[in-house]
Amino acid sequence: MNQLVSIYWPAGPEIVLVVGAMALLMLGVFRPENDREAEGIGWLAIGVLGAAAWLAYDQPAGRQLLFGGAFVVDGFARFMKVLVFAASAGALLMSFDYMREVKAQKFEYPVLVLLATAGMGMMISANDLISLYLGLELQSLALYVVAAIRRDDLRSSEAGLKYFVLGALSSGMLLYGASLIYGFAGSTGFAAIAAASKATGAGESIVLVVGLVFVLVGLAFKISAVPFHMWTPDVYEGAPTPVAAFFAAAPKAAAVALLMRVSIGAFGGVGPQWQQVVTALAIASMGLGAFAAIGQTNIKRLLAYSAIGNVGYMLIGLAASAPKGGVPAPPAATEGARGMIIYLVIYVAMTLGAFACVLAMRRPQGMVEDIEELSGLAQTNLGLASVLAILLFSLAGLPPLAGFFAKFYVFVAAVKEGLWPLAVFGVLASVVGAYYYVRIVKIMFFDAPKDRFLAVPSRAGLIMALTGLFILLYVVWPAPLVEAADAAARTLFQ
Amino acid sequence: MTHGFGVLSFIVFFPLVGALLIASLNQEAKGNARWIALYTTIIAFGASLYLWANFDKADAGFQFPEEMEWLGGSIKYKMGVDGISILFVVLTAFLLPLCILASWEAIDTRVKEYMIAFLVLETLMLGVFCALDLVLFYLFFEGGLIPMFLIIGVWGGKRRVYASFKFFLYTLLGSVLMLLAMMAMYWHAGTTDIPTLLTHKLPGDMQWWLWLAFFASFAVKMPMWPVHTWLPDAHVEAPTAGSVILAAVLLKMGGYGFLRFSLPMFPLASQEFAPLVFALSVIAIIYTSLVALAQEDVKKLIAYSSVAHMGFVTMGIFTFTVQGLDGAIFQMLSHGLVSAALFLCVGVVYDRMHTREISAYGGLVNRMPLYAFVFMVFTLANVGLPGTSGFVGEFLTLVGAFKANTWVAFLASFGVVLSAAYALYLYRRMIFGPLEKPSLRAIADMNYREILVFTPLVLLVILFGFYPAPLLDVTAVSVKKLVSNYEAALRAASALNVR
Repeated sequence: MNQLVSIYWPAGPEIVLVVGAMALLMLGVFRPENDREAEGIGWLAIGVLGAAAWLAYDQPAGRQLLFGGAFVVDGFARFMKVLVFAASAGALLMSFDYMREVKAQKFEYPVLVLLATAGMGMMISANDLISLYLGLELQSLALYVVAAIRRDDLRSSEAGLKYFVLGALSSGMLLYGASLIYGFAGSTGFAAIAAASKATGAGESIVLVVGLVFVLVGLAFKISAVPFHMWTPDVYEGAPTPVAAFFAAAPKAAAVALLMRVSIGAFGGVGPQWQQVVTALAIASMGLGAFAAIGQTNIKRLLAYSAIGNVGYMLIGLAASAPKGGVPAPPAATEGARGMIIYLVIYVAMTLGAFACVLAMRRPQGMVEDIEELSGLAQTNLGLASVLAILLFSLAGLPPLAGFFAKFYVFVAAVKEGLWPLAVFGVLASVVGAYYYVRIVKIMFFDAPKDRFLAVPSRAGLIMALTGLFILLYVVWPAPLVEAADAAARTLFQ
Repeated sequence: MTHGFGVLSFIVFFPLVGALLIASLNQEAKGNARWIALYTTIIAFGASLYLWANFDKADAGFQFPEEMEWLGGSIKYKMGVDGISILFVVLTAFLLPLCILASWEAIDTRVKEYMIAFLVLETLMLGVFCALDLVLFYLFFEGGLIPMFLIIGVWGGKRRVYASFKFFLYTLLGSVLMLLAMMAMYWHAGTTDIPTLLTHKLPGDMQWWLWLAFFASFAVKMPMWPVHTWLPDAHVEAPTAGSVILAAVLLKMGGYGFLRFSLPMFPLASQEFAPLVFALSVIAIIYTSLVALAQEDVKKLIAYSSVAHMGFVTMGIFTFTVQGLDGAIFQMLSHGLVSAALFLCVGVVYDRMHTREISAYGGLVNRMPLYAFVFMVFTLANVGLPGTSGFVGEFLTLVGAFKANTWVAFLASFGVVLSAAYALYLYRRMIFGPLEKPSLRAIADMNYREILVFTPLVLLVILFGFYPAPLLDVTAVSVKKLVSNYEAALRAASALNVR
């Protein structure tokens, strides 16, 4: 028994999540169906996530392989898992008040979140195309259901269906790319693919490059990079708000982590090839994210475009960390990956906080999502307005807020790598982006007040306070996150 | 050299303590918010005087150094002041209490938020002049946008939204390019430490690009023609104290940036671009003076006159002579006092009449003799009459310009004449003549609070006009070092015969 535990210890977080999900499912089925029970199961799910995060954090340093090399646990995986589990827990915590209010409290929701999170853990640790696909599908299938969790609501059902159809398409592309790569490398393991891609002349192989592009397209869909972003605004708008918060934070972080491991780890030998693709994705995402958000009137759609733009900035870091022609990573490459990791942490905090603020937009007649409803909020609820303003200024990348540092690190990496077009386009897009974020601040602070919102729900308030303080005070003590991200990024290149 | 928390950090961050205190008050406590803000700014000013008193004028290096680990790697929290920056710290700290006093009655809605915004703004402005690390500098430089945006947008006039967005986006666009340039310097030099970068030799063609990127930011901030158009809007719509801070401190960040970065770090590019700066400065001096002549709005007129005066500053800086640089710094400090005072003067009548139309006034001297006197002093200082601080700066920059380029100096001296024209024309229309408007019949002269605000300004403007030494002595050594380093860099470059 002890031996068994020690063998499977590296996969402990995922095992805990899956077993926990099953147990909670049983509990949910055999207990009476009511709000209190459902919320209790939600709390238990948060406990499970906490245990999984602790297990992930507690893994010994160094690189461990499991399941015949298909599953890897290293510093990067530990860091990302803690982040993703925390994001899931935060999104789950926010959902309680909302679900009760719209009478959609279901015990299945926390269970599905746990299953999706298990898939994310799998994605982060994937070291083989098969385990990559398994993790991705476990996550996606749970998310399709979660998007449509309010099955009587037209928009929610539409969001779920749309997500499912487009998600299936992207999975197909990913699988096709994976099959080509298998044909090229003769193996699905990342180590074997990396070795094959580093062979001389690998960059000229049509099979490898086409396969690579298809895999990247499949993953670009999951991180909603332009031009594979079309589902994002509709799904964010249609899905219940806490679900949209969950979508914007945890799965995105996991998919970005997966993209990093695949491109840096498995395709390290063809860095220049995927660097072009990633650069194009980054420019398109930043540009569309900035310009398309200007005309939005619904705050959730706006946040969706904001998420698209943010992914563009993260991809700058990835483009900067492309290994050149199979040589060992230059020092700047780890900086690109480091910048991405820091960006992800700060992005997750900003996104959760912003969605928590959206959850607080409640009137006696129900939830509102129109940006105009925030009019004059500074005069009716200064606390809420201040937190949202901090988050928006941070999303706009203004110092001294954390969002500035997120952008700072990826841009430093891009400049060091000499990716000037990307860097210049990025900062210009950030000015355009600043316009629409600041427009919301204008509506809240400059315009005439409307009716008060209802009191801020307590759990959403907690998330708002935590993320707001983190964003505001990050500047005081930034070193720990930078060092942790640095250590995590280095393991990616080993 | 490594020190922890010191007097500079105290000055910079003390206003934040006041802001936190005010934030903890309840919404109704307007009076308390005002008093806390006033005490906080006065204490910060006192600390800045301590700084000035203990400043070693013979030392050209950075004094009161502080250094702490911050972002990891070579990016550190590093503060210090030299002869160029210390006076801006004192100026900023001096003006803040006056701004709070000037807003005492004028701001009656959301007082608490207003005071918090001002105190946060003070921290960020002081930080700009104290920071000795590129990232830290940028943090303060750019962070100031947030409170200023809110001050203009929330407490501003009718077109406040337009003005605040214009201010915000213009400045941000300039700054982000500077941020990229800073990253390029970080990449090339491996450090963001400003004293190290001051001696770091960047290659010529890189200097060219970096200079342009920094110029984009500082030219907008300064503001130089033709990117000055945000300024009249922002000035006009901002509340009185906001205009004061904009004119007196925020504009100076551009000039300070040229002195701290462009000149010493990119000497070759500065040399190459000097004709461009001269051309823009001369256009600014003449064109905006003419524009000022045609204004119907008092604040707009003063705003355009600010642009013209900043033209003297940029001209003086890019003469690369000791006189020109001394004059530019002096002109900035003097303009900090004079433009602040002029905006406060406008505030006095605006608070009573709620209009900024020049034609709405006339004959004020009959009802407000004291006000007419104060306004006269600052009008003449704005013109640059000998005996006021405005003269010294303009004179020195013109002397420097004559050395560098006679034509530039010749054209710029027209600005002196034109400034007399618009300033005195304004004065005549507002103050002299018969008191005909019925609405003005009951207007009251300045009250004690207003007299308290203006007394130090009047005294200082006249004192520094007759006796500029206290200011010039402080800057002398640092400016000499800047100029000699600059010339050495040019000589080294011409010896190597690289661009």
